[in-house]
Order: sequence, then C-alpha cells, then structure tokens
Amino acid sequence: MTELLPLLLAGAIAFGVTMYVLLDGFDLGVGILFPFADTEDDRDRMMNSLAPIWDGNETWLVLGGAVLFGAFPKAFGILTAAFYLPIMLMLIALVFRGVAFEYRFKFRSRWPWNLAFCAGSMVAAFAQGVILGAYVRGASGVDHQFHWFGVFPLFTGVAVVIAYALLGAAWLNMKTDGPLAILMRRRARMLLVASLGCIAVVSVWTPLLEPAIAARWFSLPNLFVLAPIPVATAVTGWLVWYGLRDDSHDAMAFVASVVLFLITLGGLAISLWPWIVPRSLTIWQAASPPESQIFLGVGLAAILPFVLAYTAHNYWVFRGKVPTGSGYH
Amino acid sequence: MELTALLLSRIQFALTIGFHILFPTLTIGLALLLFAHEALWLATRRAIYLQSCRFWSRIFAVNFGMGVVSGIVLSYEIGTNFAGFSEATGNVLGPLFSYEVLTAFFLEAGFLGIMLFGWKRVPGWLHIMATGMVAIGTLISAFWILAANSWMHTPAGFEVRDGVFYATDWWAVVFNPSFPYRYTHMVLASLLTTAFVAAGVGAWYVLRDRHAEFGRMTLRLAVITAAVLAPLQLVAGDFHGLNTLKHQPMKVAAMEGHWHTETGVPLLLFAIPDQAAEKNHFEIGIPKIASLILTHELDGELKGLTEVPPEDRPPVAPVFFSFRVMVGIGMLFIALAATGLVLLLLGRLFAYPLYLKALIAASPLGFFAVIAGWVTTEIGRQPWVVAGLMRTADSGSATVQTSEVATSLALFSVVYLLLLLVFIGVILGLIRKGPTTGPEPEQQPRFATA
Ligand code: HDD
Ligand code: HEM
Ligand code: HEM
Repeated sequence: MTELLPLLLAGAIAFGVTMYVLLDGFDLGVGILFPFADTEDDRDRMMNSLAPIWDGNETWLVLGGAVLFGAFPKAFGILTAAFYLPIMLMLIALVFRGVAFEYRFKFRSRWPWNLAFCAGSMVAAFAQGVILGAYVRGASGVDHQFHWFGVFPLFTGVAVVIAYALLGAAWLNMKTDGPLAILMRRRARMLLVASLGCIAVVSVWTPLLEPAIAARWFSLPNLFVLAPIPVATAVTGWLVWYGLRDDSHDAMAFVASVVLFLITLGGLAISLWPWIVPRSLTIWQAASPPESQIFLGVGLAAILPFVLAYTAHNYWVFRGKVPTGSGYH
Repeated sequence: MELTALLLSRIQFALTIGFHILFPTLTIGLALLLFAHEALWLATRRAIYLQSCRFWSRIFAVNFGMGVVSGIVLSYEIGTNFAGFSEATGNVLGPLFSYEVLTAFFLEAGFLGIMLFGWKRVPGWLHIMATGMVAIGTLISAFWILAANSWMHTPAGFEVRDGVFYATDWWAVVFNPSFPYRYTHMVLASLLTTAFVAAGVGAWYVLRDRHAEFGRMTLRLAVITAAVLAPLQLVAGDFHGLNTLKHQPMKVAAMEGHWHTETGVPLLLFAIPDQAAEKNHFEIGIPKIASLILTHELDGELKGLTEVPPEDRPPVAPVFFSFRVMVGIGMLFIALAATGLVLLLLGRLFAYPLYLKALIAASPLGFFAVIAGWVTTEIGRQPWVVAGLMRTADSGSATVQTSEVATSLALFSVVYLLLLLVFIGVILGLIRKGPTTGPEPEQQPRFATA
C-alpha cells in the first residue's frame, strides 16, 4: 500500500499534466497563431472558439501544482523554487493572455490586446518548454540546481511553441470554416513538419545529454520493447498530414495531433522514470506520508470522474463550428 | 531592514494576494446576485430582471477573468517563494488546496462558459443551474482556502516531527478553531461589499435619471441586503475577535494597541503605537470599554504585548490602524444601511441627492475594508507563519536569489498597477453604458462582443 500510493498519485499528476498540455496546448497555440489571421473578424472567431473553455483548460495547471504540493511537498518546493524565473515569466504571460479574452472586445483599438494575447501565449509556451528541457536534463549539486538557461532548454522552449501552434492550427481547422480553416490547414502542415523535426532532434539529443537515458532506451530488452514508439510517431504524423488534406477529416487531424503529443509525453515519461526531481529524488523519496496521500487519493478518485463528465458536457454544448463574426449568442 | 529574498518575497506575496482578493470578493457576491436575479426572471418574467442579469454578468465576466489569472499566480508562489514553508506544511495544506481545485475551480470553470455564453444553447433550467453551480463553486473555493489560511492562524489536528507537519485528524485540520468565524466573516464581507457596489451603481442611475427604473430596483434590493448584513457583520466580527483573544491574544493586543497587562482597559479610538518604547502616544480612548467588549466585564483583565519577548510581538502600528479602518468602514456601512432602510420605509429612498451621493462615494469602501481586515489578520500573526510553531523567517526558498525576486516583484508591480487601471476603466465604462434596453429573451447577452 505505502509502495503503491505514491505511484498512483504520481499517475494522477501525470494525468493532470497531460490534460493541461493537450487542452491549454491548443489554447495557447491559437494565441501563437494570432498574427497569421488576415482580418479582425478571423481573430474574433479564433478567440471565440476558446472563450467558453479556456478557464477550464488552465485549471489543469492549478491541479497539477496543487496535487504536487499535497502529494510530493519536497518536490514541489524544490522544483518551483529551482525554476523561479521561468515560472514567474509564465505566470505573468498567462495573466496577459487571460485578461485579453475580456479586454480585447471592450476597446476600440484592439491591437494592444491582440499583442497581449499573442505574446502572452508565446512566452507562456516558451517558458513551459524551457522548464521541460531543464527538467528532463535533471538537477545537479546538493541544492538541486537546474540549469535552465542553456542551449537544450532554449531549444525545447522553441519546440513547445511550435508544437502548441500545431495543436492550435488543427483545433482551428476543426472549429472554423472558409478561408480561415484553409489558412490553418496550410499552416498546420508546415507546423507538423517542424514538430516532427523537433521530436527527432530531442529524441537524439536527450540520450546524448544523459547517459542514464541512453541506457534506458538502448539497453537490450528495452530496445525491442520500445521500438514501436518511433514507428507509432511516424504513423501518427502521417495521419495528421493526411487529415489536413481537405476539410472532411478535420476531427481526425486534430485527434491525431493530440495522439502525437501523447506519444511524445509517453517517451518523456519513460526517460524520466522513476524520478520526480530527476536524478535526485524518486517518487517514493518525495512522497508525503500515507495519511496525506490517502486523503488526497480518495478525493481524486471520487471527484475527477465528475470533473471529466461536466468538462466534456461543456465541450459538447459548444460543439460545432464557431459562428462568423459575433461569437456565441 | 536588509532587502533579502525573503523580505521581497513577502512584499510580493502581500501585493499579489492583496490584488487577487479584490476580485473574489466581488465574484462571490455577484454570483449570488446573478443567481437571485435569474431566479426572479424565471419566476416573474419581468424584463428588468433579465436586464439586470445581462448588465451584471458583463461586469462579472471581467472580474472573474482577473480573479482567475491572479489566483493562478498565488498557487505557484507558495512554492517558488516559500519553499521552506511548502516543504514543512505541504502534507497538511497541500491536500486542502487540491480539494479546492477539484471541488471548486473545476466546477466554476465547467459551468462558467454556459453561464456567460450559453443562453441560446441550453434550456432555461440548465442555464440557471449553471449560474448556481458557479455561485456554489465560489463559496466552496472560499471554504477551502480559508480553511487553509485559518489553519495557519489556529493549527489543529497535526503533529510535528523534525520541523515537518503531519496531519493526524483531517476533520480537525479543516474545522480548526478560527475557521468557522473567518469563513462567516469573509463571506459576509463579500456580500456586503457587493451590496454597496450595487447600491452605488443604482444611486448613480437614479441621481442621473438614466435607466432610472433599473437603478431604483437595484438600489432598493441593495439597501435591504445591506441593512440585514451590515449589523450581522458587526456581530460576526465580534465573535471572531473573541475567538482570536482565546487563541492569539497577542494579535488582539496589537489590534487594541495594548502594551501592559491591566484591568479596566480603555477602548482606544486613536493613538500612535511606539514599538520600541512599548507604549502609545496621543491616546484618545473611552475608559474600560475594551475590557467590556472583550471580557464582558468593565474590570476584566487583558494581557498586554509585554507578556511576550519583543521578538515574538507583531508589528503593532499596521495592525492597530488597519483594524480601525475596517471597523470604521463597518460602522459607516451600518449607518448608511440604517438610513436607507428608514428612507425606504418612509417611501423616500430616492428623494435625497445627498444620500445618493453618499452611497456613490461609499461604493468602493468594502474593498478597502477587506484589505484592511486581511492586513490586520496576517500582520497580527507575525512573526509566525504557522502561529506559535513556524516562523516566517524560516519559510523562504533557500535557492532563490534576491535579484530574481526583485525582478519578478518589479514586473508584478508594473503589470498589476496597469491592469488595475484598465479594470477600473472598463468597469466604469460598462456602468456608464448601463443595461441595454429592449431585451428579447432570444437576443441574449453576447458577452464576447462590445
Ligand atoms: C475568500 C475567497 C478567496 C481567497 C482568500 C483566495 N481565493 Fe483564490 N479565488 C477565489 C476565492 C478566494 C474565487 C472566488 O473562487 C476565484 C475568484 C475568481 C475566480 O475565478 O475564482 C478564485 C480564483 C483562484 C484561482 C484560479 C482558479 C481557476 O483557474 O479557475 C486560483 C489558482 C486561486 N484562486 C488560488 C488562490 C490562492 C493560492 C489563495 C491564497 C493563498 C487564494 N486563491 C485566496
Ligand atoms: C486573500 C486575502 C489575504 C490577504 C490580503 C493576505 C495578505 C497578507 C499580508 C498583508 C501578509 C503579511 C505580510 C508581512 O507582513 O509579511 C500575509 C502573510 C502571509 N499570508 Fe496572507 N493574506 C491573505 C490570505 C492568505 C491565505 C488564504 C493564505 C494561505 C494560503 C495566506 C498565506 C500567507 C503566508 C504564507 C504569509 C507569510 C508570508 C509573508 O509574510 O508574506 N494568506 N498575507
Ligand atoms: C463592523 C465591525 C467589524 C468588526 C468588529 C470586525 C472584526 C474583525 C476582527 C476581530 C478581525 C481579525 C480576526 C483575526 O484574524 O483574528 C477581522 C478580520 C477581517 N475583517 Fe472584519 N470586522 C468588522 C467589519 C468588517 C467589514 C465591514 C469588512 C469588509 C467588508 C471586514 C472584512 C474583514 C476581513 C476580510 C478580515 C480578514 C479575514 C478574517 O480574519 O476574517 N470586516 N474583522
């Protein structure tokens, strides 16, 4: 029991982070794509495709932080303090893009809030990528230094911006029609190529950075067990490409790009296992005591199904293409 | 004082949480107002209630957005800036925050879209249910966050091993001694603040004779609400204070500016506390009344600050003054609400421009009282972060550099000041524009457009 609980809660955090990356991923992606729209009407539609759901998407970020705080307090303290500046940058960027949802429609000149929305989305995505890169590379020293200012984290920062933009473009292709959807399909294909390139670079780079990761992937039984992962990546990539051909496969293109993300995150999880502060604290070393884990675990197990149900209901209410111009009535 | 990373972190936390609390205060009150008016609309089908829903939900949407973005900052700041605190208390407080996300934030977020944009997409019963869910979500959110905060003032249901807190009884952790009082007082504060905002808006329309019917309806309901809640808040605050006297006597001593243990203590209306000299200058007080309020005896004994060594005393002046600001505003609210009630019963609520102007001037005061109340509570707890057990001095993040905190503090100061100005401008603009007239139930609010 005491062995299993931390594992279950780490699973819950992984689930929360995955939900966040997928949902806020396309959400931030739409912001990143803002400059590519041709008209203010298009930008209205892009924003309106998110208006009823963005708050829920971002709440997964809060869940991830809160459960980390409750289930792995040591890791929460170490990690958030270690990434002080990127986290602050991300938070301030999220403030800007969040308020833009309201203020953009309230001012005569929209460009300041267009800028806030786009730059906020981009900086938040970039900061998340930087944190991810430094996290994967792991901590050094007794005081858990993560060197987030380096070539690899900066590269993963850019990679996350590109990948979120892909999700955003696939989302917009699904939620809009006409010239905007055509434009987004075209952008999505370019972004797909760039994303696959980034995935390839990171896949080669991480084992070079960290011998332990190389050992995980290239030691003998693992090599065969894990071989399907690159294959699945390639197949999914092709499905996205295929789905972006015309407007009849818009949902498939979006779902396939989500699956592409899932595979990438799965690969990361394999590289990181069993660390929660990479190569410094394992899941079990950082876990809070069973009293806390049980209290928390019961809540998660009992309430998350309801959360997922009414979140799905919310998406269902706002299903279909976003009406042109005005938004939801 | 030296500018350490910890000191800057404290300033940053006070700034960011002081900014955040402005928005939940209005969110909680407006959500309930919207639910009540939507119910009135469904029951009576009077267009004015629908107008009211449309008007206030535009303001609600802007306010809610500000609350969300500033709240996300806080949930991470507890780790980034107070790693020592979060590593020591995470076992106890972390699950409470997680429950808040699970039971409150998702609920609010899951139904907010329908509440704001769903008028034509869902049937009426589902829409009002969504509004109700958002309102309940705000109350649940306040429940958990105040349980966590109250635990830091009156910790219970735990044990300490090697400087780390372990929960032993979750019921006792959540329903710790100060929690019921703090929750009641804070929810009343939200409703009261919202009632005075609404009263000010209504009074402005009546005075200007614009949207006058809407203005009169709003003003009437707001005055009735305030007349009920303002005296209740005094009672709740009194109980809260008595409870604090039991658990945190030094905080009460600071609120009263009371240095030496004595009997028959006067109630100070004004004084300038002097921390170093351990006394007050320029005291103006009413003899024996503080003893009467706090011990219910004219000659009751009250413990003074000198009972504990200087390093265990809170800074007296900010606690002393902020407490007076809050109580002063509370008394003013009672007077304004009572006047309004009398005028309403005489049928002359809208007749006196002077009274209407006073309401307009008083409409932002609730926010000042809330900030003053929190300053009293939080500074009164110092030098402890978990009362009596963990010092604020031990709560910081050892690995974070002073320059890093200075950078983020500078950014937050600029960004929050800017956003506060924009927010006030937008809200005033929405009020100036007023409720849109000629509503067809089908032509429902389109919040995404200007
Ligand atoms: C008395 C009530 C109260 C108090 C003391 C606080 N909050 Fe708050 N908070 C709310 C009442 C609230 C709310 C009414 O539920 C909000 C305001 C607007 C909103 O969206 O929900 C909210 C929003 C909100 C959000 C955004 C939720 C979302 O994504 O929808 C977060 C992360 C926090 N808060 C976190 C905090 C933290 C860490 C606090 C203290 C350290 C805190 N709040 C104090
Ligand atoms: C929302 C209303 C609140 C306001 C306006 C507020 C404001 C403040 C202020 C003014 C201080 C004192 C600053 C100082 O002298 O150092 C403080 C300290 C603190 N508060 Fe609160 N507080 C609020 C609620 C909370 C809640 C709900 C929590 C619980 C999570 C909390 C956690 C803390 C912590 C950890 C400190 C100590 C660190 C510090 O001194 O800054 N506060 N807060
Ligand atoms: C009418 C007379 C009032 C009295 C006697 C009173 C009493 C108190 C006391 C004793 C505290 C400190 C509790 C502690 O931490 O130990 C407090 C805190 C507080 N007060 Fe008041 N209060 C009054 C009016 C108001 C009003 C009008 C508002 C806002 C509209 C308000 C908002 C707050 C808030 C937000 C806090 C901090 C949170 C808490 O500890 O509850 N109070 N009040």
